[in-house]
Amino acid sequence: MSPDPLVEIRDLNFAYDNRAILTGINMTIPRGKVVAIMGLSGCGKTTTLRLIGGQLRPTSGAVRVAGRVVHELDETGLYQLRRRMGMLFQFGALFTDMSVYDNVAFQMREHTDLPEELIHDLVLMKLHAVGLRGAHHLMPTELSGGMARRVALARAISLDPMLMMYDEPFAGLDPISLSIVGELIRKLNDALGISSIVVTHDVQESLKIVDYVYFVSAGKIVAEGSAEEIKHSREPFVHQFIWGESDGPVNFHYPAQSYRQELHAQPARPSGWWS
Amino acid sequence: MSPADVLRRLGRALTDRIWRLGYASRFMLMTLFYSGTAFKRFQLTMREIYFTGVLSLIIILVSGLFVGMVLGLQGYDTLQRYGSSEALGVLVALSLVRELGPVVSALLFASRAGSAITAEIGLMKATEQLSAMEMMAVNPIARVVAPRFWAGVISMPLLAGLFSAMGVLGGYLVGVQLIGVDEGSFWSQMQAAVDFRQDIMNGVIKSFVFGVIVSWIAVFEGYDADPTAEGVSRATTRTVVTSSLAILAADFVLTAFMFRGI
Repeated sequence: MSPDPLVEIRDLNFAYDNRAILTGINMTIPRGKVVAIMGLSGCGKTTTLRLIGGQLRPTSGAVRVAGRVVHELDETGLYQLRRRMGMLFQFGALFTDMSVYDNVAFQMREHTDLPEELIHDLVLMKLHAVGLRGAHHLMPTELSGGMARRVALARAISLDPMLMMYDEPFAGLDPISLSIVGELIRKLNDALGISSIVVTHDVQESLKIVDYVYFVSAGKIVAEGSAEEIKHSREPFVHQFIWGESDGPVNFHYPAQSYRQELHAQPARPSGWWS
Repeated sequence: MSPADVLRRLGRALTDRIWRLGYASRFMLMTLFYSGTAFKRFQLTMREIYFTGVLSLIIILVSGLFVGMVLGLQGYDTLQRYGSSEALGVLVALSLVRELGPVVSALLFASRAGSAITAEIGLMKATEQLSAMEMMAVNPIARVVAPRFWAGVISMPLLAGLFSAMGVLGGYLVGVQLIGVDEGSFWSQMQAAVDFRQDIMNGVIKSFVFGVIVSWIAVFEGYDADPTAEGVSRATTRTVVTSSLAILAADFVLTAFMFRGI
């Protein structure tokens, strides 16, 4: 690991209404690397991204980005830091009242005084990088899921961030879009010299592109290592997750009382008068 | 359910509402605090004025015309019993500029534009557009909420004025053109009886206050909506119901302050 990591998370705890979401998280995101945070749905992966972006405050511990403790920043400081971060949301989160072009130009218009001619060239360059220069005139509703994700990626890199965060970039994509998005994440990371954090539960695609993986289960890191190490891990949870086995430490059934007891119990009353 | 439970639930419901009112007030203060962008980049507010104000014109103008026509018919029916049907112009104009113009146009505005603002902001929240904006270091209250709030506040008095003007026209069409009230008396009595400060300005003040109320409720409900289909639907309904009740209650309070009869 590099001596000066871009993101450093130390002893991070986070709880919603006394319900612990993350417990004792320690992570290091070195500069120039692609790091994945993997785990089951609802294990706290997206919460970790929101803590790094300063949208949530940790209960204890700290997230340090480029040497600054995120939750100690005031609003101006936080916004300055966020200008150097890009985030790709799960379903793109494109502004539906703006065209593809205006979506990509959004940050440039908000944060810079660049003339429209220059913004025009920059927008087309960013869209070209994701292969959608020809779609600049379309509205978000006219795009497929994969295209929307790529436009959102072009928007996220519009101000050349130092850190890119991807929240489930592969969810709901067809195999072709999936590998296009995967390759883009890697290529953009290397070409722009940025660092990337990919939150995902898509094992096969992400292991192809990432340098390091953290496995999170029930708010704790249960395993970490390079993609190769993870593939050959003997840790039961990781093994079950990587190979998609239904049998293992993760139960198929949600916790419940005994089957026999439940079958003999009185039927539950309808939850409302309309049922 | 025991009486203690009933009391506990009542207390809980009351404190929840007070808490929510406090939260909405804080939200309003934040909207005012971050309103700089809405004025510095006035084209953002202009765009919202188009969506909330200009696109509400049809419903406001048509409703104003019909309300004025009904006032013409009903007013004539009552006035002619006392032999003062020439005062029809006064009755139509005063009813509209003092009460019906601000109140009815605000109710229509709440259902046409208020609900649209809530649904739009609520859906932006549900589809993470507001979160995305925050992560792009753009404050959604300054960029999304404040322009919509000010657009509503600016549009409302103008719409109420147009509603009243259309109403007077409707009253004229029915009273003078259809029934045959003397045209000269209709206009001259109206001109003599309607006072600019007491009647027209009070109407404008009312519609401004209603504009603040409707816009505040609409943006708050949208921003506070649960980010689900059901949450947005509930928030939209709450905007229309709460705004309508608040408009009528505020109308009573304002009229009581402006009333000169006692």
